Amino acid sequence: MSTVFIALQTNEETRPVIEAIVQDNPDAVVNEQPAMVKIDAQDRLVIRRETIEELIGRPFDLQELQINLITMTGNLDQTDDEMVLYWRA
Amino acid sequence: MQIDLRTVTIKPLRHTFDNIARRIGADKPASRYQEGTLDMQQEANYHYRPTWDPDHLIYDRDRTAIRMADWYGFKDPRQFYYGAYALARAKQQDTAEANFDFVENRGLAATLPDDIRDTVLKLLVPLRHVAWGGNMNNAAVCAYGYGTAFTQPCIYQAMDQLGIAQYLTRVGLLLGDVEALDAAKRAWMEDDTWQGLRRYVEDTMVLRDPVELFVAQNVALDGLLYPLVYETIIDDVLSAKGGTPVAMLTQFMTDWYAETRRWVDATVKTAAAESDANKAVVGGWIAQWRDRAAAALLPVGRIALGARADELTAEVVQQFNARMAKAGVPV
Amino acid sequence: MDMQAAKKKLGLKERYAVMTRGLDWTPSYQKMEDIYPYIAYEGIKIHDWDKWEDPFRLTMDAYWKYQAEKERKLYAIIDAFNQNNGHLNVTDARYINTVKLFVSGISPLEYVAHRGFAHAGRAFPGPGPRVACLMQSLDEIRHAQTQVHAISNYNKYYNGMHDFHHAHDRVWFLSVPKSFFDDAITAGPFEFMVAIGFSFEYVLTNLLFVPFVSGAAYNGDMGTMTFGFSAQSDEARHMTLGLEVIKFILEQDPANVPIVQRWIDKWTWRGYRVLTLVAMMMDYMLPKRTMSWKEAWEVYFEENGGALFKDLARYGITMPKCAEQIALEKDHLSHQAWSTFYNYAMAANFHTWMPDEDEMAWLAGKYPDSFDKHYRPRYAYWREQAAKGNRFYNKTLPMLCQTCQIPMIFTEPGDPTKICYREADYKGDKYHFCSDHCKKIFEDEPEKYVQAWLPVHQIYQGNCFPEGTDPSVEGFDPLAAVLRYYKLEHGRDNMDFDASEDKRNFAEWRGQATRNI
Ligand SMILES: [Fe+2]
Ligand SMILES: [Fe+2]
Repeated sequence: MSTVFIALQTNEETRPVIEAIVQDNPDAVVNEQPAMVKIDAQDRLVIRRETIEELIGRPFDLQELQINLITMTGNLDQTDDEMVLYWRA
Repeated sequence: MQIDLRTVTIKPLRHTFDNIARRIGADKPASRYQEGTLDMQQEANYHYRPTWDPDHLIYDRDRTAIRMADWYGFKDPRQFYYGAYALARAKQQDTAEANFDFVENRGLAATLPDDIRDTVLKLLVPLRHVAWGGNMNNAAVCAYGYGTAFTQPCIYQAMDQLGIAQYLTRVGLLLGDVEALDAAKRAWMEDDTWQGLRRYVEDTMVLRDPVELFVAQNVALDGLLYPLVYETIIDDVLSAKGGTPVAMLTQFMTDWYAETRRWVDATVKTAAAESDANKAVVGGWIAQWRDRAAAALLPVGRIALGARADELTAEVVQQFNARMAKAGVPV
Repeated sequence: MDMQAAKKKLGLKERYAVMTRGLDWTPSYQKMEDIYPYIAYEGIKIHDWDKWEDPFRLTMDAYWKYQAEKERKLYAIIDAFNQNNGHLNVTDARYINTVKLFVSGISPLEYVAHRGFAHAGRAFPGPGPRVACLMQSLDEIRHAQTQVHAISNYNKYYNGMHDFHHAHDRVWFLSVPKSFFDDAITAGPFEFMVAIGFSFEYVLTNLLFVPFVSGAAYNGDMGTMTFGFSAQSDEARHMTLGLEVIKFILEQDPANVPIVQRWIDKWTWRGYRVLTLVAMMMDYMLPKRTMSWKEAWEVYFEENGGALFKDLARYGITMPKCAEQIALEKDHLSHQAWSTFYNYAMAANFHTWMPDEDEMAWLAGKYPDSFDKHYRPRYAYWREQAAKGNRFYNKTLPMLCQTCQIPMIFTEPGDPTKICYREADYKGDKYHFCSDHCKKIFEDEPEKYVQAWLPVHQIYQGNCFPEGTDPSVEGFDPLAAVLRYYKLEHGRDNMDFDASEDKRNFAEWRGQATRNI
């Protein structure tokens, strides 16, 4: 098992994103640091567009994440619907 | 502890960085363009020679035949540093997006007369490859040129050209389909119409002098292509025949050319004004690449202009010559 | 509308493919090797550029839109920070020395990255990596400029930053970061990508930015925190580019594996040596600490890098061997570096000081195996001497490592009481190294590293005095002449923090805010 993570700036735009990540990745661990949230997961972390859209009540383009992203690790696979970070076993 | 510090009036020790003060002649507040541009490139005590070009330093004045006492004599009249650049383009892309939406949502593409649609697909879509060449060439000028004042606008220009290639791709997808892109690429590779232009683009890709490359790409080729295609053909000729939606889809290019040519002119002017030797070299390049570009564009212009292509291309060349004369290089 | 509806909508991947690689063609009027002259000589074999997987698929219109939004936010905060004298909100004036170190050591590298990615982007025949590299080139000029713009206001009120471009090209310790990036940009385009895209951006950047930026946040520096986080948002794209590049090269040909492994070994070590400056910043220069260097190394390299190299093991890539030595050094690195800068505070563009009792306790807690035993006694002695008016300034120039250019200050792996020296002969000259790893890097490419512009050698050769200086006149003061060459103002930019103008001004200005005068 290896940790993948994503870190986002803490602000109003990322609040629902973080909530969505927690919903979609029940094992994810959220670490709050000054002005930044780091979310760790084992081997795989998924960010789903639909979950975010349900929370914010408007269409969301996953590329909007660009604005508040601080860092991440793992291989990345991005489509219109989801962004996945993963390590290959 | 948060204290309210707004009310404190303190006297600054200095108003800008010393290198800026030396250049602007006084310690006074400097613009973000100045602080983000002047002396940004390293100048001295390089550690190693490039393994890919051992005859030169990492940044080397001798990669070009142009001689400048100070490469920071170049100034971008738009005063683009990254932030100003990104904001300007974001605004233009907003307009472009609205234009694409307008044309798409009202089904205006379907209302285009068939011959206009056909002409547009044949003429515009292969130009995305030309823009791709413009992207590569400006990347090269940025990489191998000297001094941030000269090289910085080239990375903006490079990425603008990529953006234009992508807008042209969207035009192809909107008026045609992926098949339209393939057909345009076949024409670009095989049709006689395009071979002069493709040869021009490939020939510029092997130029090693960054200023000559700047001239061949930004001055000569774009200096003829944009007025001919976007101003003459699309805005005048096609619009008169019901092609206004096309002008909306290419508004980005029209506005972009009007803006960037000011920088191109300023650059030519500064290089030529430096010395008679520079003026002769730049003038020689401009004349040579202008003639090649005009010849290469002629068959392309015929796609939309037919027999009038010679006359209208000649007009564009004349305007170009007048423009260069104004920049101090009569050709 | 009907025509539109009938068309199939392209997904992100297909759409991005027609927007980038669809633009490219195989030339026929010029030869590939003339259009792309720099891709063969490194020995990397690429059979199929189309196998490249694009990481973030950002077209230019989306790029402009998101980047403009970032810039709007960033400059709004910088403006507010400046208008409100935000600099007076930092924990204490010692903090500002990290900003000086950053603008003179790191920001100029962002600029080299900009030019380097323009070069690499132009050099690759594959349209996918080319576009990704050029986009990164554009981002990197953003980083260089936003840093200069954010720090510009500090320069108005504090010393040491006023001529940072000039300093970067000349000041002795700044040759460490400068030579690192010069090394990368003078390498071939593939090595550049492994050096910067992979080793630096992917493996090490978290160690530079996360501590620096959260350090700024902890210490009340909103301006720096904002540009840092804003730059990091681009970094995520750069990191995935770095990882994709390496996977791509490794998948193309098994013969690429040993070449890439050598580069990973080299650049992990080169990058780590540059991070010495970050280590001492974290442990000594932030008045309010975030985490220790050792902790940061454990989280961001040992844990995260461990996962990465496990992932790459399928290609036969292994964890760089230098990781073992780095693990041994992690208890010592920052202390040995800070001691050196304390010594040479006369010739640096920032101030140094001795940690106070609380800070010593923090250091002892974070470094239970090394601090009290090896470093506290040294500091106690220097402090005592300073109290007696004998603040120690070392005026003897140190021997530098030929590769990393750091003075030979590091101790033997496993023996913190003995300085580590290595040497090699090349064409009749002797070269010195701080470590086996730096020596190995030299021996792999001696013809490159003999070119190094070593600041100490250059001073001794008389190349670091202002033009027109005559060193033979009576009473010639070499140090003063070197400081003039650096354009450092003696007594203002350098020396101990305690006696500095920065300290006095900060106290006075803060006083004005809290008292009625
Ligand atoms: Fe950067
Ligand atoms: Fe070394």
